[in-house]
Amino acid sequence: MSGAELGLALSVFLACTVEAVEALTIVLAVGSTRSWSSAMSGVGAAVLALAVIVAALGPAITSLPIDVLRVLIGGLLLIFGLQWLRKAILRSAGLKAKHDEIQIYEVQSTAARAAGAKHDGFDGYAFTIAFKGVLLEGLEVAFIVLTFGANQHRVALAAAAAGLAVLVVVAAGVAARAPLAKVPENTLKFAVGVMLSSFGMFWGAEGAGASWPGGDAALLAIIPGVLIVAIALSKTVARTLDSAPTAHSGQVTADSTDQATVSA
Amino acid sequence: MTRARTFGLAVWEFIVGDDWRTAIGVALALALTALVAAIGVSAWWVMPLAVFGLLALSIRRAARGSSR
Repeated sequence: MSGAELGLALSVFLACTVEAVEALTIVLAVGSTRSWSSAMSGVGAAVLALAVIVAALGPAITSLPIDVLRVLIGGLLLIFGLQWLRKAILRSAGLKAKHDEIQIYEVQSTAARAAGAKHDGFDGYAFTIAFKGVLLEGLEVAFIVLTFGANQHRVALAAAAAGLAVLVVVAAGVAARAPLAKVPENTLKFAVGVMLSSFGMFWGAEGAGASWPGGDAALLAIIPGVLIVAIALSKTVARTLDSAPTAHSGQVTADSTDQATVSA
Repeated sequence: MTRARTFGLAVWEFIVGDDWRTAIGVALALALTALVAAIGVSAWWVMPLAVFGLLALSIRRAARGSSR
């Protein structure tokens, strides 16, 4: 396995681990309070939908000319990676609420109990919430699998890395029988943001016609470079907040689909 | 709202997220890289400069927004 393929597999594995932990919390909440069979039906339907998306879009994307593919995918990965990195930096600096799986589990469980009486047999609420949770969290992973995999013509490797992450998370969830609150989600998101941004920058520039000094070996400088800049930004923001604590009156919110915002 | 519009907005939100300026900046940086490469000058340095600048500006905007 080459360095780029290792980077691909690692990035997809980490991204999928984070999203799988978040999806697991939702499924556990509706499964334990409503109906396991209906929740698992929702999970199965969502996984099937994601597989269809990857199978349908994968060949279409990989048929694009290599330079078009690289500039398009590099740009998309970079935009996506900078979103992950931005949120991770804001969380580590204390400007954004960190994901609390226990709290999300409680909120989802309370909503599930308040959603009306359960019926024997199929439970539409449990199915729908599990389906939406897995599909929404999984879409980000599908996007990363497609973009990373297509660019290196290794969609199968990317899909395998994602599948392995799901297996690991599900096994841990079954063993713990509780939300995986101890997984360092922000650290993982930080790492994924660094990887996506680095590979996006590398491929985007190549697709646009630039040649990196050292070729693929340039990634050995780009990835640590992005990491150092991200850590420096995080520390700078945290230091600024520490030196002016009264200025920081923003309200920090986060929801279960990671579309958290910092609002004034 | 039509389904096409709803779908378009969902795709925009999914890809671009809550900081459209960064997305525009990435597109401009790629265009600048292509331009510099096209005139025969080494262009690899454009993207790192642009990316680090865009990230810093994005974090600064978020930090300022939260302190208002």
